Amino acid sequence: MSARVLVGVKRVIDYAVKIRVKPDRTGVVTDGVKHSMNPFCEIAVEEAVKLKEKKLVKEVVAVSCGPQQVQETIRTALAMGADRGIHVEVSGKDYETLGPLQVSKIFAALAKKEQADLIILGKQAIDDDCNQTGQMTAALLDWPQGTFASEVTLEADKLKVVREIDGGLETIKINLPAVVTADLRLNTPRYATLPNIMKAKKKKITNVKPADLGVDVSSRLEVLKVEKLKEAGRI
Amino acid sequence: MILFRQALRFTSRLPFICGRCRTYSAQVGSVERVISAFRSVSGDEGVSVGSAVREQHGRDESVHICRPPDVVVFPRSVEEVSALAKICHHHQLPMIPFGTGTGLEGGVGALKGGVCFSLRKMEQVLDLHQEDFDVTVEPGVTRKGLNSYLRDTGLWFPVDPGADASLCGMAATSASGTNAVRYGTMRENVLNLEVVLADGTVLHTAGKGRRPRKTSAGYNLTNLFVGSEGTLGIITKATLRLYGIPESMVSAVCSFPSVQSAVDSTVQILQAGVSIARIEFLDDVMINACNRFNNLSYAVTPTLFLEFHGSSKSMQEQVSITEEITRDNGGSDFAWAEDEETRGRLWKARHDAWYAALALRPGCKAYSTDVCVPISRLPQIIVETKEDLIRNNITGPIAGHVGDGNFHCLIVLDPNDPDEVQRVHSFTERLARRALAMDGTCTGEHGIGLGKRALLREEVGPSAIEVMLEHRRR
Repeated sequence: MSARVLVGVKRVIDYAVKIRVKPDRTGVVTDGVKHSMNPFCEIAVEEAVKLKEKKLVKEVVAVSCGPQQVQETIRTALAMGADRGIHVEVSGKDYETLGPLQVSKIFAALAKKEQADLIILGKQAIDDDCNQTGQMTAALLDWPQGTFASEVTLEADKLKVVREIDGGLETIKINLPAVVTADLRLNTPRYATLPNIMKAKKKKITNVKPADLGVDVSSRLEVLKVEKLKEAGRI
Repeated sequence: MILFRQALRFTSRLPFICGRCRTYSAQVGSVERVISAFRSVSGDEGVSVGSAVREQHGRDESVHICRPPDVVVFPRSVEEVSALAKICHHHQLPMIPFGTGTGLEGGVGALKGGVCFSLRKMEQVLDLHQEDFDVTVEPGVTRKGLNSYLRDTGLWFPVDPGADASLCGMAATSASGTNAVRYGTMRENVLNLEVVLADGTVLHTAGKGRRPRKTSAGYNLTNLFVGSEGTLGIITKATLRLYGIPESMVSAVCSFPSVQSAVDSTVQILQAGVSIARIEFLDDVMINACNRFNNLSYAVTPTLFLEFHGSSKSMQEQVSITEEITRDNGGSDFAWAEDEETRGRLWKARHDAWYAALALRPGCKAYSTDVCVPISRLPQIIVETKEDLIRNNITGPIAGHVGDGNFHCLIVLDPNDPDEVQRVHSFTERLARRALAMDGTCTGEHGIGLGKRALLREEVGPSAIEVMLEHRRR
C-alpha cells in the first residue's frame, strides 16, 4: 500500500495542570506551564503508526502549527513512530488567534501538496474543545469524514469507521481519501521510549509558512474575555 | 505505632542540630488554642475537625480499624509543615503524615489521637533533569501521576506497588513492586529527601538540592528515613532516580508441575543473565480463582508470569533462552507476546489476582500477608504455608514476586467471624516466624505498621531495637 497519512498534533497545556486565568482576563496563564501533545492527537498518532506497522500505509507525516516550541510535539510524534514532520510556522498574535478554520485551510493545502490519502486528527483539543478542525478540513477538500472514530479498518481503498455517537455506535464505509478524527477508545497510545526518542532526533522536520501554502491565518474572531467559573457551593 | 509514635516527651538534645537540653511541660494545651494556631498557619480551609474528614484520615487499605486523629491539617508548603510541626511539638501532640492512605499495615492510624498532616496539597513535580535521570517530587504526586508527567521524555519511575501511591509515602514505607527484580525498591531509588523533623527543623538528608548518583559523604541519612514509616519525620520532597522506558517489553507465561520446579526455573533465569524485569508466581489455588473470575483456562498448577525489557533485537533470544530453561524444569504451555493487547491478555490473570481472590468468597474482606526469604528457601516456605492453610481451613491463594523471594497470601476472610479472624491472625504470625526462621523478613514490602511491631523485635533483635529507639527518642 502506498498511502501517505497526515496526522495533526497540537501542543496544548498538559491535561494534569490546574489552569489559571490571567488577571487581565484575556486568556489563561501559559508561561512556565507544562505543555504536551493533546491527548486525542496522541491517539491519532498511535492509529497512524499502527496502520504503518500493519503495512497498510507507507508513510506517516506529523504536522503541527505554531511557534518554535511545537517542534517538541512533532518530535514526540516522531518518537512514537511517525516518519517525518512538518512545522507550519505561526507565532505571536497570529498564534494567539489561530483557530480551526485557519488550521483546516492549512491542512487542506498540505494534503494537496503532500498528496495525502488519509488525514487523522484528534476529535478535539482539550484547550478550546472546538471539535471543528476535522470536519472543516473534510469540507474544504470535499473528502468524506469519519469523526469520533472508535475503530478504523482499512479495506482496499475504503475505510470502515465505527463512530461513537449519542445513540450508540454507528458503522460507516467511506472512500479514500478521507478525514478521520480519533475518539478516546480508538486505541491506547504508546509511551515514547527513550531509545526511540534518541532515534527520532535524526528524523526530518521541514519548516513551512502559511503564506507558502496560500493560507491567510488572520482571524475573524475576537476574544472578549476569559473568566473563571464561579466556585461551586461549599458546605 | 505505640512503640515509635509516642507523645513527644523528651529531655535530650536533637542530633546534629543543637546541643541544648530541653524540658517540656507535661501539659497539653487546650484544643481551641492549638486549632487557631493551626489556622493562622494554613488558613481556615487548611484545618479540619470534621468527623468525616478525620475518619477519612484514620484508615488506610489495611484491615486495621479506623483510628481517626483529633484534627487534620492540609499544609501547602514545607514552611507551613515546619510551622505546624513546631506548634505540635510545643504542645506534645503526636503527628501523623498522610499521603494517599493506600498503605496496607495501618500506618496512618492515630493510636493516641493527635494531628494528621495530610500532604495532598503539595503536589508539584519539581526539578526534572532528563539527562541526569532524576526528578524531585512533593508528597501529593503519585507514581502514576509522575509517569504520566514524564511520558514525553521517555523516562519512567518503575517502582510499582499495587496502589497509585504517593511517592513520598512509598519512600516512607520503602515500597516495592513487581519490577523490583530489575529496578530495585525505593531503597535503591531515592537520592535525597527533604524531611521536617518533630521540632519543625527542615532536614535535607543528602544536602540541599544535591542529586549525585552516588556518594560516600557522611552517614546515609537518606536511607535511614526510607522505610521509617513516618516515625522520624514528615517527608516533604523526594528526589528519585529515573530510568529509560525500554524499547521493547515482552511478556510470557509458563505452567509448572510443582512449586520447586517454578522456583528452580526462576533461579536459573536470573543466573542466565536474561534481561528479566518481572517474575511473578501464582499458585494453583490462585490460578483456579483466576480461571473462574476471568473465564480463562490456565492449567491449575503453579504458574510463572514473566516480563522482559530490552531492545527489540535481543528479545527473541531472551525468550528462547528462557523457554529452554523452563522446559528443562518440566514447564509446559509456554506462551509469549510482544504487542500490548496480547501481553495484556496473558497477564490478565496476574493483574486481577486480588479481585479473583475476593471473588472466591463474595462478601468477605481480603488481607495480604507479606514475607520475604532468600530465594532458595522459597519452595520450602510455600509448601509449608500451603499445608498450614489447608490444616486451618483458610482461603489463601498465593501470589509472589518470586524473583525477590517475596510472596503474598491473599487471605479471604469474614471479618465478622471471630473464630476465623483468630485463625487467620495465628496463621500470619506462624508465617512470619517461619520466614524469620529461614533467614528472611516478616515484611518484604508493606512495612511494620501496627500489626508487626513484636515481630520486628524478633527479626532484628533487641540491640537493633534499642538503637532504633535511641534514635527515635532524639
